Order: sequence, then structure tokens, then C-alpha cells
Amino acid sequence: MRILKTLGAAGCGAALLVASAVSARAVELSFYYPVAVGGPITKIIDSMVADFEKADPGITIKAIYSGTYQETITKALTALKSGEPPHVAVILSTDMFTLIDEDAILPFDELATGPEGKKWLNAFYPAFMANSRTGGKTWGIPFQRSTVVQYWNKEAFKEAGLDPEKPPKTWDEMVAFGKKLTKRDANGHVTQWGLQIPTSGFPYWLFQALATENGAILMNEAGTEVHFDDPKVIGALQFLVDLSKKDGIMPAGITEWGTTPEDFFQRKIAMMWTTTGNLTNVKAKAPFPFGVAQLPAHARPGSPTGGGNFYIFKKTTPEQRQAALKFVEFMTSPERAAEWGIKTGYVAVRPDAWETPAMKEYVASFPAAAVARDQLASAVAEFSTHENQRVTKALNDGLQAALTGTKTPAQAMKDAQREADRILRPYRH
Amino acid sequence: MTGSASRLARPLETAAAWLLGLLWILPLAYAVWTAIHPAAYVAHFAPGAPLTAANFVKAWNAAPFARYFLNTVLLVTMILAAQLVLSTLAAYAFARFPFRGSTIAFLLALLQLMVMPDVLIVENYATMSRLGILDSILAIGLPYMASAFGIFLLRQTFKSVPRELDEAARVEGAGPIAVLLKVYVPLAKPVYIAFALVSVSYHWNNFLWPLVVTNSVTTRPLTVGLQVFASVDQGVDWSIITAATLMTSAPLLLAFLLFQRQFVQSFMRAGIR
Amino acid sequence: MRRFEPQIQGWLLLLPAAVLLVAFTHYPAVATVWHSFFSTARGGRAAQFIGLDNYRDMMDDPVFWQALRNNAVFALGTIPVSIALALLMALWVNGRILGRGMLRLAFFTPTVLPMIAVANIWLFFYTPGYGLIDQLGSLFGLPEHNWLGNRDTVLGCLIVVTVWKEAGFFMIFYLAALQQISPVLGEAAAVEGAGRWYFFRRVTFPLLMPTTLFVLVNAVINSFRLVDHVVAMTKGGPDNASALLLYYIYDVGFRFWDTGYAAALTVVLLVILAVLALGQFLILERRVHYQ
Repeated sequence: MRILKTLGAAGCGAALLVASAVSARAVELSFYYPVAVGGPITKIIDSMVADFEKADPGITIKAIYSGTYQETITKALTALKSGEPPHVAVILSTDMFTLIDEDAILPFDELATGPEGKKWLNAFYPAFMANSRTGGKTWGIPFQRSTVVQYWNKEAFKEAGLDPEKPPKTWDEMVAFGKKLTKRDANGHVTQWGLQIPTSGFPYWLFQALATENGAILMNEAGTEVHFDDPKVIGALQFLVDLSKKDGIMPAGITEWGTTPEDFFQRKIAMMWTTTGNLTNVKAKAPFPFGVAQLPAHARPGSPTGGGNFYIFKKTTPEQRQAALKFVEFMTSPERAAEWGIKTGYVAVRPDAWETPAMKEYVASFPAAAVARDQLASAVAEFSTHENQRVTKALNDGLQAALTGTKTPAQAMKDAQREADRILRPYRH
Repeated sequence: MTGSASRLARPLETAAAWLLGLLWILPLAYAVWTAIHPAAYVAHFAPGAPLTAANFVKAWNAAPFARYFLNTVLLVTMILAAQLVLSTLAAYAFARFPFRGSTIAFLLALLQLMVMPDVLIVENYATMSRLGILDSILAIGLPYMASAFGIFLLRQTFKSVPRELDEAARVEGAGPIAVLLKVYVPLAKPVYIAFALVSVSYHWNNFLWPLVVTNSVTTRPLTVGLQVFASVDQGVDWSIITAATLMTSAPLLLAFLLFQRQFVQSFMRAGIR
Repeated sequence: MRRFEPQIQGWLLLLPAAVLLVAFTHYPAVATVWHSFFSTARGGRAAQFIGLDNYRDMMDDPVFWQALRNNAVFALGTIPVSIALALLMALWVNGRILGRGMLRLAFFTPTVLPMIAVANIWLFFYTPGYGLIDQLGSLFGLPEHNWLGNRDTVLGCLIVVTVWKEAGFFMIFYLAALQQISPVLGEAAAVEGAGRWYFFRRVTFPLLMPTTLFVLVNAVINSFRLVDHVVAMTKGGPDNASALLLYYIYDVGFRFWDTGYAAALTVVLLVILAVLALGQFLILERRVHYQ
């Protein structure tokens, strides 16, 4: 094995010498990215990468599609442990603490220096940067970012005698509308539900919207404290549980994130909460007119941001770092951000992207595209702490326990709090 | 009395068998239905629904399935080749060479039947990392190359080979390896076939360990590729996913359809029962 | 000199397989035990000897106990049913039944398909409302049911998929065994006037005993080894109601990167497998004497 490796290394060395003689600055970057929404996203990424390589022939990008967000962070950490992490990756903004704790990434402030660099780092929406900075450093650059929005089926609204142009603006309205929208057959079985807030996979994200609207804040900025047992959080969970238990407008149990849009298309649900990143997909597939709106408010309006940031990994040469920075700058330039937003439904991450001609034209023809951007005014940072995977699991388990009826909301959140405290204790100095 | 009861029981039994058979084939039938019809018919079973191949085309283009196929074929071939050679040598040793410690060695080898590499993912992952071969097809295959099952089967078979054949060959001046190749291996052919079938279908379908050790398109086998493809965080597109599902299992399915009879027969001859 | 030759030759023949077996079965099994006494290295901190702390954590870890319970239920749910069905299938397709070839094919097909692929198909079956099961149910006026999103049904759903996948595989072993039972026995019994059930109970089933044991070993191992469907269908949810032990090990080892704790969990799995192996060995031993 060792001999093989040595031979291989020698071969590579020779190849490298030859290569560097041919082109003085050929840099190859490996780039991991997830696909979290439907549609031909890999194709879009590939074409953007190709454009970049054309614009900068000295750099080649090895783009690797790495599955869901969950799988991408797993793969990136796996690769890190094996000594060959990607050079650049798009990973959930919430994994920032994990990546810092693993000593995996570099702050962008060290790379984007000078007034130019400072300006670039401040070009993005502050709501997105809330998840990209900690301890005075910028660790991630927003890329495929989103918020939670509500979609509604205008036909179903009309049938139920509701104004198809008016989505619910408050929790009370949502419940009232939901009751009208829930249809039952002769046997009393529901054929159409008023609402679905999916609760599989990452229920904490959609739940955070409810908690925020109820006036709660789930964690501190340093990512070392959580407030699961706050009465406002428990209240939000009670509301979520009651949507199916008391009000009877949402399917009971855990509803699947992945099939929620399909449920919507199949007219099984009249309103759904999901990511704005789904907008283009819904637009292409919904067999009826639909609307998109900001989430209904309670004590306040609000939604967490979500989605992925660019990270540059520490295990890179200075040349690779500069090349990676160039790549990230290219991918998040106003024109590219606009293109990405139009093609996917993600929120273009910087205000000036919305001033590009392409984006202006798109918003004029499809006003729903601007809903998520407008919601940024009331958006909060997505739930994220040290040992994020574990703490999030504690919260998810608690939510699911309450939703499946094994624990009361208060008990579930108390248990989740205890588990989170246990996990986070080492990080509180 | 028994006569009339059994006259009634027979058709009932046949019906039950058919019902179970129908139930068993239903998921596959459904997958075929979904894959060859437009997405609108996913949950809607209309007899006259239009047929389409578009789902297959879309699935094929949506992910590098050609590469995944190649990876799986390489993986399965590599493992099988290694297993055949290593198991043959080891089984020969256990069957015909009364070396000291052979009983203990055999029992230790059999331990792998219970403690399969699938269970030891954490440590084996660390080992692959130390060898520096993470994210390679070799790393997926390595833990499986010595197969206790193969050794066990072949040892049984080799032991049943008459000593006289062995000795006759030796008298003619053949060395141990030549005897193995000329006498033992040909006689064990059905065992080899049965073992190969089991091994190929096992590793074609294996998932967790490849998921853990692979990282990139160039190493991912079909199963992992399919999972990565199907677990889009959002919108599940059933028609495309079922098309991809069928595509990935088609070769094995076809092979089985073609060799169904041989499959069962080689199992019987191999004495796996 | 010649006396040592078979010794050396034997070991030489064994060597390649032995090296790999030791490297990927025996060494990791031992290393797992050793590493379960250490904390996980993280960032700058190196792994430290912490004695039984991982095990103490495990005792306090509700998810671990849940996974263990789930695995027991899963094993008890899959093993007897899949073996019984396999035997039934084998008896059917071994006899002169109408459409024998087709039936054989139908029973065996699930075995050839990758678990990860069939999980995707079953996922749709279980979809509430318009999934196949609910569609069939609605014909009989049953309400929709959230099969995978309900703690009470999710494990059952996984058990069904597993039984469906495994029964055909075990059938092949039974079929191979049945075909070696001399038909003369059956004819003689018929002449004696013995009923089919009596014949099965007194002749066929005892003759199939070695096969049943072989299949049993396989089924037991599979119930602790196979978690592909958990990954594809439920990710252990809702609230860990479908987490199996190996899936939890995967979660802890490769999502939380707590390798020390994952090692401790693996030790538990190894102990379970060892106890089962011993149990089966003893049963097997008794069988041999009995014969």
C-alpha cells in the first residue's frame, strides 16, 4: 500500500511539475454543493461554474453534488477527517459553529482585505449575515438563502368562499381560514386539509417561525444557550399541536417535508408552509393558480432565514484561497445572485441584485418573487449553536414527541432543554 | 372425508398463493406504472393513461448514473474476484492441510459470519483513513474481500472431494496448487456459482458502508447515488424517482430473470440449505 | 523436513484471507472496545482516557434505550414472520401449483432489488392520502392514515418492508432443501393415509431443521445489520420511534462525529451479536446430538 502511495505521489509530483511548466497558475478547486429544492439545480450550478471557468481560465472547479444539506455537512466533515476536505463548499449557515469547532474553515475577513473587500462583505442583506458572523468575524457568504413563506391554492380559497387574493395575516385568521378550507366527505373523512406545516426532517426550522411570531428567541448569538423551555416557545408548540388536535385543520402526526409540495399539487392541502426556494418548482408544477405570502403574524411577524452559505476551508494553499475567493465573489455577484434567484426561487442575497434589469423584469412579471425579500425585514437568524447537529436533534425530537402525542408540549420542551444544556455545557466558559 | 376436504383445500390454497404472489409483485408493478406514465398519473390509475419514456430520460440526465453503474460493476467484480481467490486458498488450507491451530483459525474466521463488516463501520472507517484510501472503490470492497461464508462453503465442498482423486493427481507429480486447480476447483463449480450469485446481489445492493466511505461521483456505487438523487430535501418527484429506481435494479433483475433456474439449482447443488 | 511442509503450506494458503479478516473484523472489533474508553478527539483536543464515562452516558441516553427497544421489536417482528412466509412460499412453489414459475418469480423478485431502491417505492405506498395503501383503504371507507409519521405505526411499516424483502430470499434456501427430500417419503405417507399437515409436521419440518437454523441465523444478523430502509424512509423518526441500533451508531459516529460514544454503542451491538451467536451455537450443538 505504502509503496503504491509513494509511487503515486511521485507520479503526481512529476505531473505537477509538467503542469506547472505549462500553465503557471492552474489552480483546481473542489466544490461541494447540496441540492435542497426541486428542479434541475445541478444543471444551473454546472453552467454557472462553466461561466466562471471561462471568465477565469486559470482556475478549474471540480463541482461535486453532495446530496441534501444534511449529507453535505456529513460528507464535508468526513472528507475533513480523512485529510482531504473540499476547498469550497455550500453548507447550511447553521453549521457555522460546527465548522469553526472542527477548525475547518477560514474567516473571509482574512481573505477579502482592503476597502474593496470590506465593501463586498457588507453588500449582503444583514438578515442573512446574522448567520454568517460570530465573534466579529465573517465565516460564511450567503448564497442559496431562503425564508419560510406560505403558499395557498386560490381555487380552494374560492371554493371555500374566501377571497382568493387574501392570505391569512394572523394566526387567528389562519385557523379560521383553515377551518373553512378543511373539507370532509360523507363519512367524515378529510379530503382536503386547510394547512400543512411539514414536521419531518428539520421541524425546528418551521417551528422557529412560530416561536418567533410568538415573540420568543430560541438561542443566544454565541450559540451556547438555548431557550426551549421559555413559555412563549411552549406556547408556540401548543399552537402547532392544536392545529391538528384541537382545530382539526392539519393532518395529525409527522408530515413529510419532501412530499408537502406534492400534497399541495394533489389538492390534499390548501395552504402550505415551505421554503421560498421552492417557488420556481411550485410555479412550474401547480395545476391551479396559487399565491405566495409572508407568514401570518402573532405577537410579531417573523420567519427564520435558512439555506446555505459559501465556506472556504482551511486546508488550502494561498493560491487556492485566492482562487476560492474569486469563485465565491463571482457566484455572489449581483448578476449571478439575480440569475440564481430567478432560476430557483431562492432570495437573491444582496440588495443590488434586485436592481439588475433581469431581476426587475422578473419581479414585474411575477411579483411573488419579491415576497421572501420583503419578509427579510422581520426575519431572524436560523437556529444554530455549537454541536448544532446534536442540539437540533434534541429540539426536533422534542417537537416530534409533542406532535405525536407522547409528551405534552411543556414536557417535551423541558426535556429538550435539559438535553441541550447537557450538550452545550462544555462551550460555556 | 379427507378427500373432499382436500378437494376444497387445493383451490383455496392456490388462490392464497396467488394472492400472496400478487401482493409481493405489487410494489414492482406500481414502480413500473409510475415510471412509464406522466407525473399526473402517479396516484391516478387510469387504464388508458398515455405511456412515456421521459421519466427515464430525465432521471438518466439528472444524475451521473452511467458513472454509478461503472462504479458498481467495478466494485462487484473486484470483490467477487478477490473473494473467489482468497476463499479458495483458505478453504483448501482448512480442508486438506492439517496445520497446527487450524481449528481455532477456522472458528475465528467464522466469527465474521456474525460480526460482519457492516457493523464495524466506525473502526473500519478509521482504518481506511489511516491507509489513506477513503473515498475509493477499493475502500468499499476491502472489508469484504475475505469472506467467511465463502471459506465455509468451499471447505465443506473440498472436504467431500474423494482423497483418491487428490492422491492420484499428486502421484502424477502435481504440486498443491496444481491439484487445487485441476481437482478441487472444477468439482466445486456449482458452489462457486451459488456463492457468486449471493455475493454479487449482496454487494450490488449494499448501502451503508459505501455511503460512509464514499464522497464523490467517481466512487459512489448505484445505491448511494440513488439515495443522493432521491433525497432532494424538497419536492419528491415520484415518477422520476421510480424510473431511477428501476434503472438501478434492472441489470440484476434481468440477470435473475434469465438465470432463475440455474440460480435455484446451483443453490441446491451447493448444498446451501 | 517433509513433516513441516503441510504446516507451512497450510498457513501460506490461509495467509491472504487471514490478513484481511484480522484487519477488518478482528482488529476493529477489539479496537472498538478499546476506543469506547476514550473521549472523542475534537478540533485541537486529543482523545483522553475516560474509563466508563461513555457507558455511563449511554445508560442515561433515552435514545439509546429507545433504539434498543425498537431493535428488539423489529427483530421479533421480522424474524418469525419472514421465516414462516418463506417456508409457506417454498412449500407452494415446490408442489404442483398452477403458475409455479410465475409465483416463484413474484416471491423472489424483491430480494434482487436494492433495499434503498424499494424503500423509495414503499415510501410512496405509505404517503398519507394519495399513497397506494390509503387509496386502497379509501375504497373500503377507511380514513387516511399517516403511516410513517405516527409513532405507533412507523416501526410496523419498516417491519412489513423487511419481511417483504427477505421472505423470498429465505424461500430459496427452503426450496433447495425441499427438492432434496425424496418424493418417495410423501408417497409412502399418502399410502399410509397420513394427512398433509401431519406429514409436514412429522416429516418435512424436522427434515428442514438445518435449513431453518441457517435461515434463522441470517434473519437474526439481518435484523441488526440492515438499516438502509431507516436511512431512506424515516431517518429514525418520528422522535426516534424507528431508530435501530446500527442507525443510531451511524448517526452518532458520522453525523455528530462522536466516535468515542459510537464505539461504546458498537460494543453493545457486538455483545448482542455474540450472545445470539453463542445461543445459536448451543442450539446447533443439541441438534447434532439429537441426530
